[in-house]
Amino acid sequence: MRTNDVMLQTATKVVTFIILMFAVHIFFAGHYTPGGGFVGGLLTASAIVLLMLAFDIPTIKKILPINYVVLTAVGLLIAIATASASIVFDVPFFTHAYDYFDLPLFGETSLHSALLFDIGVYLVVVGVTMTIIQTIGEDE
Amino acid sequence: MSLVFLIFIPILAALFIPLLFKRLGQIHTGWFVLLVPAALFLYYATRLPSVMEGGTYVSELSWIPSLDIAFVAYLDGLSLLFTLLITGIGALVVLYSIFYLDKHREQLHNFYVYLLIFMSAMLGVVQSDHLITLYLFWELTSISSFLLIAYWYTRDRSRFGALKSMMITVFGGLMMLGGFVLLSIMGGTYSIRELIAQAPELAQHDFFIWALVLVLLGAFTKSAQFPFYIWLPDAMEAPTPVSAYLHSATMVKAGIYLVARLTPVFALSEVWMWLVAGVGLFTMVWASFFALKQKDLKGILAFSTVSQLGLIMSLLGVAAAAYHVEGAADSYLKYAAFAAIFHLINHATFKGSLFMIAGIVDHETGTRDIRKLGGLMSLMPVSFTVALIGSLSMAGLPPFNGFLSKEMFLTAMLSLQEFNMFSMDVWWVLFPIIAWIGSVFTFIYSLYFVFHTFAGKHQPEELPKQAHEAPIGMLISPVFLAALVVLIFFIPNLIGDWLVKPAVAAIQPFLYDSPQNVDIHVSAWHGFNTELFMTLGIFAIGGLMFWTLRKWQHLYDLYPDAISLNRLYDEIMLLSDGGANRFSRIYMTGFIRSYLVYMFSFMTFIVLLTLFLNEAFQIDFSNLAPIGVYEIVILLALVGATLTILGAKSRLTAIIALGAVGYSVALLFVIFRAPDLALTQLVIETISVALFLLAFYHLPQISRKEERMKFRFGNALVALGVGVTMTLVALSAHSQKALPSISEFYKETVYSEAGGGNIVNVILVDYRGFDTLFEIAVLGIAGIGIITMIRLRLTKKEGQHENK
Repeated sequence: MRTNDVMLQTATKVVTFIILMFAVHIFFAGHYTPGGGFVGGLLTASAIVLLMLAFDIPTIKKILPINYVVLTAVGLLIAIATASASIVFDVPFFTHAYDYFDLPLFGETSLHSALLFDIGVYLVVVGVTMTIIQTIGEDE
Repeated sequence: MSLVFLIFIPILAALFIPLLFKRLGQIHTGWFVLLVPAALFLYYATRLPSVMEGGTYVSELSWIPSLDIAFVAYLDGLSLLFTLLITGIGALVVLYSIFYLDKHREQLHNFYVYLLIFMSAMLGVVQSDHLITLYLFWELTSISSFLLIAYWYTRDRSRFGALKSMMITVFGGLMMLGGFVLLSIMGGTYSIRELIAQAPELAQHDFFIWALVLVLLGAFTKSAQFPFYIWLPDAMEAPTPVSAYLHSATMVKAGIYLVARLTPVFALSEVWMWLVAGVGLFTMVWASFFALKQKDLKGILAFSTVSQLGLIMSLLGVAAAAYHVEGAADSYLKYAAFAAIFHLINHATFKGSLFMIAGIVDHETGTRDIRKLGGLMSLMPVSFTVALIGSLSMAGLPPFNGFLSKEMFLTAMLSLQEFNMFSMDVWWVLFPIIAWIGSVFTFIYSLYFVFHTFAGKHQPEELPKQAHEAPIGMLISPVFLAALVVLIFFIPNLIGDWLVKPAVAAIQPFLYDSPQNVDIHVSAWHGFNTELFMTLGIFAIGGLMFWTLRKWQHLYDLYPDAISLNRLYDEIMLLSDGGANRFSRIYMTGFIRSYLVYMFSFMTFIVLLTLFLNEAFQIDFSNLAPIGVYEIVILLALVGATLTILGAKSRLTAIIALGAVGYSVALLFVIFRAPDLALTQLVIETISVALFLLAFYHLPQISRKEERMKFRFGNALVALGVGVTMTLVALSAHSQKALPSISEFYKETVYSEAGGGNIVNVILVDYRGFDTLFEIAVLGIAGIGIITMIRLRLTKKEGQHENK
């Protein structure tokens, strides 16, 4: 799919960053307001898909040299590690821990082990979505 | 040290084998492996003095407490004897394998890992007091045996033999599990010791006979009894050290062990006694008869192993008869159990050495075909001596240990005359006669094995290699075993006191309080009695028949292959394979639309049935919110988009319309104030439209007109069904509340317990984190699946087959 659409490409260059920033925001906001790892991951993936539509897969692979299978594996490992970390502290599997801290710049912030688990979900969602789209897209 | 831990030492050692093989490849990996069984043997030998006095050791490791499953290692006379056999023969076999398997050409890391797994499994079988873990180890021996037989996995025969042995032994294992479950239901416990304690009550139970038959199926398949023995000759494709170890000395004796161990539970039943003694004796005569048909050295040994296992099995059957006779401890029946255990030890020594010699002959001449061999006596004098000692012991000649146990076998068979239950006075005669015929053939094949290999004319032109004596290291183990064969003949009572009597006391605990009470003295000479005359008859008739063997051996070729058990097995496998294939093809069309039709039809059916059975059809409009303009507009768009899909001429239109449906639903979520759902739905819709467009290229071009009217009518029916079902479910769910809504619980606890504010996300990562974990795992698997489907298809050429 070789495209030569200047308008789409120009718009994409700007929009992609907006989507990516929004994805990060949505990801971190997830625990208190709408959002979370799953939606964040999907948004990130859609930003990359948009790039792929506007340009083409080889170009995007050059810009983002990410092995999405490895990304998926890393995400799964983070998720399972977060879930099983509780065993070390002698509490049942999947018990989360959280507390509130006074951080500079952020003010009072809640730090939650669920966020770590959500990072795993995020990476898996991005990894799998991109794996599927890239594999099917490259197959001629 | 905990006994349970000791069982797992070989498996733990196996973890280091690949590393040792890679890093220290210059040293044969076998030398490291040798330490494991040797050290275990020495350790267990230190337990011998106290076990000899009747002492026992127990050690327990809880595994799944909620199901009452634990690893219980129980060491008494019987299990200690087997343990010593496993570790002792294991050490000798590993030593032998160091010289048998080349360190450069063979995949030693695989071989020794499998062997060590087997060792742990086997120790677990003979030491477990818990039925479930016993079963676990039992199946592990089948699996490691499968891996070892298929060690040279590029050979067709190896893979066939491995599969055959696994099919048959795992079938038996499953039957046995059924028996174990029945036993635990009857006795309310998984512990063998506790079951033995309540044996008389168990015998009254309805399940008793079922449990008995199922357990025996497990034992008979494992110990290669008729008609299940057919896997053992095919298992000879394994490397010879494996045949010597698994398929002669240890694994095939697991069935013997099980029968011996459970004799106190089941012996009160006459069925047990007749089945064990009858099947054993028949196996013995059948296999000894067919051993003479074999042309392969290991084939002869395989049939002889089957036959000898049958002999031991029949002795255990007669030992069970002692439970039915008053004062059995004073009658000749007492010899049966002693003879069984004594012969088991003797068999391990002489058959182990014979297998190793067969391996040496194969190794040094390049063939195991007995028709090509001959005259090796002068070329391989040490091997010949060992083979002669082993064979003559197997034939039952003095001064070798086989003579002693063979005599006791005949004594035990004759002792059945003391057993006068259900007018045995006629039938008991059959047992000694069959035993005698089996012994005659045993005598002939023993001579056949040794003399047709080592005597006669040497045919160097037939042999692939120049024959010569084996290296000294390869001879150590067989020579050691042959020395034991002779030694045991001269010190039978020492072996009896140390090893046999403690085991006998475990088989017949009702007869003997402690091993010292087993009042049996073995002597080589006990006067002119029936046994002696029977033995002399065996020598005379057997010798005569061996002399004329060449004249009548071709009669075996008359036996038609078409009615053999092997043929039956092949037919069953072909039939089940083909049948399963044909059955699957009925519904596996390869079209995803067929599968979707199955799924949706079943879903509709199940949901409607559940609604109907629970009388859940209920429609209540009283509690509805007012419908505004926005909802109507969105719904119209939704219906319009759906209709567009139905009428779309091109696929592209359908995909875009499908996207419109998704976005309309997302807008509905916005109106109903479900921002999380709306957000997710919007993004998913975007990505799936992109994905559809990508997949669009790859879909087959099937024109709509080609679809027949009937096909579309069926689809319409399914679609309508799904729609109606979902509508009914939604209405019923809204109209009634069987349980209070869980959302109140989430509202209350989301901040206080989970430290979050967004219920949806907290459900995902915390309340139902387990679900999410598995979901992302499934996602990952789906991704890998798509990669394999698309990437592998590109590299795979048409018409390629894995076996070519």
